[in-house]
Amino acid sequence: MAPTRTSDHVSLKRKPRLRELVIQSLLFVCGLLSIFVTAGIIYELGKESLLFFGRTQWQLTNKPIVADIAPADTRIEVGPIGTPLREGDTLRLDQEVLHLIAIEDSIYVVERGVQDTAPASHAAGAVLHKGVDPSLAEFFTGTTWAPHAGQFGVLPLLNATLMVSGIAILVALPLGLATAIYLSEYASPRARNTLKPILEILAGVPTVVYGYFALTFMTPLLRTIFGQNVVQIYNTASAGIVIGILILPLVSTISEDALNAVPRSLREAAYGLGATRLETAVRIVLPAAFSGIAAAAILAISRAVGETMVVALAAGAGPAFTFNPFQAAETMTGHIVRISGGDLSYDSLDYNSIFAIGLMLFVMTLALNIFSQYIVRRFREVYE
Amino acid sequence: MTDIAPAAAATAAIESKDLSIYYGSFQAVRDVNLDIQPNRITAIIGPSGCGKSTVLRAFNRMNELIPNVNTTGEVLFRGQNIYKSDVDPVEVRRHIGMVFQKPNPFPKSVYENVAWGARINGFKGNMDELVHNSLTAAALWDEVKDKLDQSGLSLSGGQQQRLCIARAIAVRPDIILMDEPCSALDPIATLRIEELMRDLATEYTIIIVTHNMQQAARVSDRTAFFSLSDDGKRAGMLMEYGDTKTMFTRPEKKITEDYITGRFG
Amino acid sequence: MSASNLQQRHRTGRVWLVVFQVALLTGIVALTALLFNILNGSFGYVAIEDTIAPQDLAVNGVPLEEQDKDTLIQVLQAHISAGLFARYEFDKPFAERSAGEVYDLILERVVEPKFVAQWSLYETLTNRDAIRQTAAQDFPNARLEFRSWLNSHFLRAPQSSYPEIAGVRTAVLGSLWTIGIAVLFAFPVGVAAAVYLQEYAPDNLINRIIQTNITNLAGVPSIIYGILGLAIFVRALGHFTSGVAFGASDPTTSNGRTILSAGLTLGMLVLPLIIINAQEAIKAVPSSLRQASFGLGATRWETVWHHVLPNAISGIMTGTILAISRAIGETAPLVVIGASTFIQVDPEGPFSNFTTLPIQIYQWTARPQSVFRNLAGGASLVLLGLLLTLNATAIILRNRYRRSL
Ligand SMILES: Nc1ncnc2c1ncn2[C@@H]1O[C@H](COP(=O)(O)OP(=O)(O)OP(=O)(O)O)[C@@H](O)[C@H]1O
Ligand SMILES: [Mg+2]
Repeated sequence: MAPTRTSDHVSLKRKPRLRELVIQSLLFVCGLLSIFVTAGIIYELGKESLLFFGRTQWQLTNKPIVADIAPADTRIEVGPIGTPLREGDTLRLDQEVLHLIAIEDSIYVVERGVQDTAPASHAAGAVLHKGVDPSLAEFFTGTTWAPHAGQFGVLPLLNATLMVSGIAILVALPLGLATAIYLSEYASPRARNTLKPILEILAGVPTVVYGYFALTFMTPLLRTIFGQNVVQIYNTASAGIVIGILILPLVSTISEDALNAVPRSLREAAYGLGATRLETAVRIVLPAAFSGIAAAAILAISRAVGETMVVALAAGAGPAFTFNPFQAAETMTGHIVRISGGDLSYDSLDYNSIFAIGLMLFVMTLALNIFSQYIVRRFREVYE
Repeated sequence: MTDIAPAAAATAAIESKDLSIYYGSFQAVRDVNLDIQPNRITAIIGPSGCGKSTVLRAFNRMNELIPNVNTTGEVLFRGQNIYKSDVDPVEVRRHIGMVFQKPNPFPKSVYENVAWGARINGFKGNMDELVHNSLTAAALWDEVKDKLDQSGLSLSGGQQQRLCIARAIAVRPDIILMDEPCSALDPIATLRIEELMRDLATEYTIIIVTHNMQQAARVSDRTAFFSLSDDGKRAGMLMEYGDTKTMFTRPEKKITEDYITGRFG
Repeated sequence: MSASNLQQRHRTGRVWLVVFQVALLTGIVALTALLFNILNGSFGYVAIEDTIAPQDLAVNGVPLEEQDKDTLIQVLQAHISAGLFARYEFDKPFAERSAGEVYDLILERVVEPKFVAQWSLYETLTNRDAIRQTAAQDFPNARLEFRSWLNSHFLRAPQSSYPEIAGVRTAVLGSLWTIGIAVLFAFPVGVAAAVYLQEYAPDNLINRIIQTNITNLAGVPSIIYGILGLAIFVRALGHFTSGVAFGASDPTTSNGRTILSAGLTLGMLVLPLIIINAQEAIKAVPSSLRQASFGLGATRWETVWHHVLPNAISGIMTGTILAISRAIGETAPLVVIGASTFIQVDPEGPFSNFTTLPIQIYQWTARPQSVFRNLAGGASLVLLGLLLTLNATAIILRNRYRRSL
């Protein structure tokens, strides 16, 4: 073999590796893209929500003016039909904004051309719009959600979301935890290897199929058990139970991982003290895995809060402030789907409102997810 | 170390000056000055954790693949400090190859294993010939000539390690670094690799880390003994360096003698 | 400790074991109920009333099913108004229609079967005689037929407001189109991001932020992606997603509620999943391979391209298929970005309006008439079949991967 080796003088100098540089930049941009997605979510949700809260929403009152009016008139006569107005309301006629000072039967005493608009002439038959300002306080305390009637309380939607999630976690946590204990502490490896994939099928079924299941199976079942008069066709109980089934594999898988992470030595120590299998599982292993299980539960709640199709199909198609799980009530997600399912025009009240609700949903689930990650991190520290 | 004339030191194949290496804030290696002579086998020995592998990897900048490693001092190769900021570690590794503790052939054919490195390094000649020559040089050709298109993983452990050596020499490095290349092999495979190293030494400079004192004594021309500092900081330091024969018969330091005779380590 | 105390403890243990087993069983029962419920809706008796019975349409003793195209056209012409016939001719000349299409037209317009009542599979199996009686009493003109709602006509036919002739063809095509676009977008970007994070990213603030961000994005409810898609793809980029910018559609009628918008939205949704799964697959590649490659003087990209990716690819594919399975079943985001409720023509390309299989299931389930629930059941079977195929592919890939290592 001829020693045709590199010549005595070699340069180790860095040569510009253009290809490497281009590729690395491209890869970095792809990594960065996920940041843009988040930024996009926050920006769009924030922007449109601000529009929702920061802008006067004009509602059609169907109330016409009876006679032509000139720019100087401050007393205008209105017809008897349409939504009644109150003193202090802000009104709009075409482009002009008016302030309603007093009502004398069918005569409205108004201040003309407010909010930087110019008084103008209006023809008889022009219809009044009423201005409504959604406020944050009303958003979080109002118990009626009817934006077109000027009521912006998100509580009915929030309440329904919490009820459905609550029912779901009431179903999923005990079942999931008991399943996890059985699989990790009792089942033979063989049984575990067959049972786990079966449960995981549940996680792979599309949520719309769960919605179908809720409406065509769970609701009739509940109505048979509790009575047709007690249980409405749409109700939060059915949706909640079915979402509970949907998040069951999530709870059981993560809980089982947490249980498995408990060191063997701990179990052996318990057995060595004469504890039974149950006592070891429940008194020793379970508390040691507590934070992992808590993380699983929180993640499951987050999932339930964001779940959409089941509630859209089975929980109800109208906001209702009720604590009765057998009554219909629309959740935040269900509302978004229903509103946007129709022909949603941009910059309308509805369009802005789904962003406001969406922002709230985003914040709720994000907080839950971060909380769950925080717990998981704490949990790691315990075992290192 | 009296036998090294200053002139010889000037022609060192590779040389470290005040080399210190840190993992985060932990100093794993302190102030190592080591000049490796060309076309010789240099063995690095010492107790576990004294930084042998770390020093070896410093010779071709493989430490950079580990996060948070910091290197100070110089490593001179052909008169250039390979840690200078304008030096490309990829270029360095093309001249200074490496064989690892556990055989790690690529999950590709035997042929590809040898050819790949040469190809990415821009080899334009006859590839079949290069593969043949490299495998012959690694004393593997006869055993694999009929299975060149089989997976490198289908070979025995010893064959795999020789394949890794063939792969390393196919890119024509000047220096081959070997980190305990025989520790995962049985005695017969080990013997074959040792013979191979002696053959390769006529052409290559070889640095080998080993835990096996007999191996160091058998194959190496020179031996560097590392140990942990006794100041409680557990930093690895070069304790003694010299001709293997001298080191194993008349070590200068007590600690070297203790280690070589198996009194600690 | 006395013996009876120990006995007591063992008894408690046994009781709780039963509780645990019951919990597990409940999960399995729920799954069984879920699947059975779909089958229950997808098969069963229907009572059908025909305006004209098919056997009355026999010509010279040749039954309708066996007639050739010309005869079929004559039959059609004889039974529908001249105006309607002319309109069909205008829509698509009969010369260009296949015999099957004409046959379908006859069924739709001449035979005009009407489902007057339908029963679930469970009722059909357990209550056959009672159903026969009821049907004979309440619908004397109807014939009773055991129907599989999942049938070849159902797969071939476009959406329709008549349950008798409705099918899932447009929806299935819409699903495939949207998924295709989602994958085209999310797969390369996701794998690239995963490669960046695993192989390139130094451990610094920005990369930690990217990683945390991806984890959190994976937990964002899918409907939020729908809202984002509505704001960005449908509205802000409507000029492009509608195809107007490329001259592909008519600016006066088209909008951004297209397959392209839907695909990109789903792509964003599965992106974090693909990244996370690909990262896992890349992590599983032994680092000794990378060291060997670097030791030979390979650059980072040479190492990634020649060693890391080939060894991670089956894992990446498996993860991607799982992510696609998730996307195929997604409904809410597509409803939000405005999947069209009623689409009868096959999607022609990325700028078409669309509907998808899950949306179809949603709309049929939401209809008050119970007959549409049967259609929803059939469509659910199609969807589950699609998912099963995908997952089987993933499992095969995974097994092959295991063997090769
Ligand atoms: N990746 C790493 N991160 C942090 N510390 C490390 C890392 N690798 C090695 N060290 C530390 O650096 C010191 C030297 O390690 P090194 O692997 O070089 O020792 P060694 O002499 O090769 O030991 P052995 O004979 O066991 O292979 C040890 O204290 C070790 O714990
Ligand atoms: Mg070592």
